[in-house]
Amino acid sequence: MDLLPIATPALPLDEAGKYVAGAYLVFLVLLVVYVSIMAAKLQRMERELRELAGFAEQRAEEPDPEKVTLGV
Amino acid sequence: MYGKGLRPLSIATVVALAAAFSLVFFYAPLDADQGFIQKIFYLHVPLAIVALVGFVIGGVFAILHLRRGDGRWDAYSYVSIHMSVIFGVAVLITGAIWAKASWGHWWVWNEPTLVSFLIVFLMYATYYPFRYAIEDRDRQARYASVFAIAAGAFVPLNFMAVRMAQSLVHPRVFATTDGGLPGSMMLTFLACLAAVALLWVTLVKLELTAKSASGQLKRLRRALDAPPSGGSPRIAPEVS
Repeated sequence: MDLLPIATPALPLDEAGKYVAGAYLVFLVLLVVYVSIMAAKLQRMERELRELAGFAEQRAEEPDPEKVTLGV
Repeated sequence: MYGKGLRPLSIATVVALAAAFSLVFFYAPLDADQGFIQKIFYLHVPLAIVALVGFVIGGVFAILHLRRGDGRWDAYSYVSIHMSVIFGVAVLITGAIWAKASWGHWWVWNEPTLVSFLIVFLMYATYYPFRYAIEDRDRQARYASVFAIAAGAFVPLNFMAVRMAQSLVHPRVFATTDGGLPGSMMLTFLACLAAVALLWVTLVKLELTAKSASGQLKRLRRALDAPPSGGSPRIAPEVS
């Protein structure tokens, strides 16, 4: 079984920096993507809530058919 | 109800992450072996620990759901697992980057820590199709809880098995008798662990708040769809 070297020589800063920046950027990008998805969900819920509120108001304004029939 | 305290928690998380990453880059010394590359350790390891603990927490919530029969615990369990899977993606990617920089390979199949984490991750990836393949909500919650408990019990067993495998490649920096982390590195690591754990809690809370709001909206739609007084149902507008 091939074993990898336990201690490889440290990469020079300019090369290591790319990997470190990459790792932290991945974390940041994942976080931003997640927050964006949540923001989109929130916007959709807000739009739905607005439409339901409009629907409820419209329903409240309509006369009750039973009351109209009974002449109340 | 879940949204209470979300704003201060979010602010605390941002502050904690900023402080922790400042410690990583301005306080913690360079590692003698790996040099600057070792900075990935402060992100990768806390993410892995929090993800694995999150899976176990998901199992604990699932036990509470089965014992008490309250759907709230099922929601906690689902969101804990969901968040840990997302953290798991970050663990796998940051780990691959670290492996490439340190070992020259993106992935090493004979390294038990890597492979075991992948197994745990893939196992939890099946949680979603397993859960949503069941239409009945009660059965779905019950079966998902059983899955979460079994998988949650597997996580510490898997961890112990890997520790016993005594890898020669993956660095063991905790609980070693000769040369663990020096104080400044340990302090930085603990700050990162606390910040990442806080991030997990904040995102779980955010997800629960969104789920709760979505549920309330559905209830409102059902109430509006119901006929006002014995009339025919009127369908509230669907929003895609």
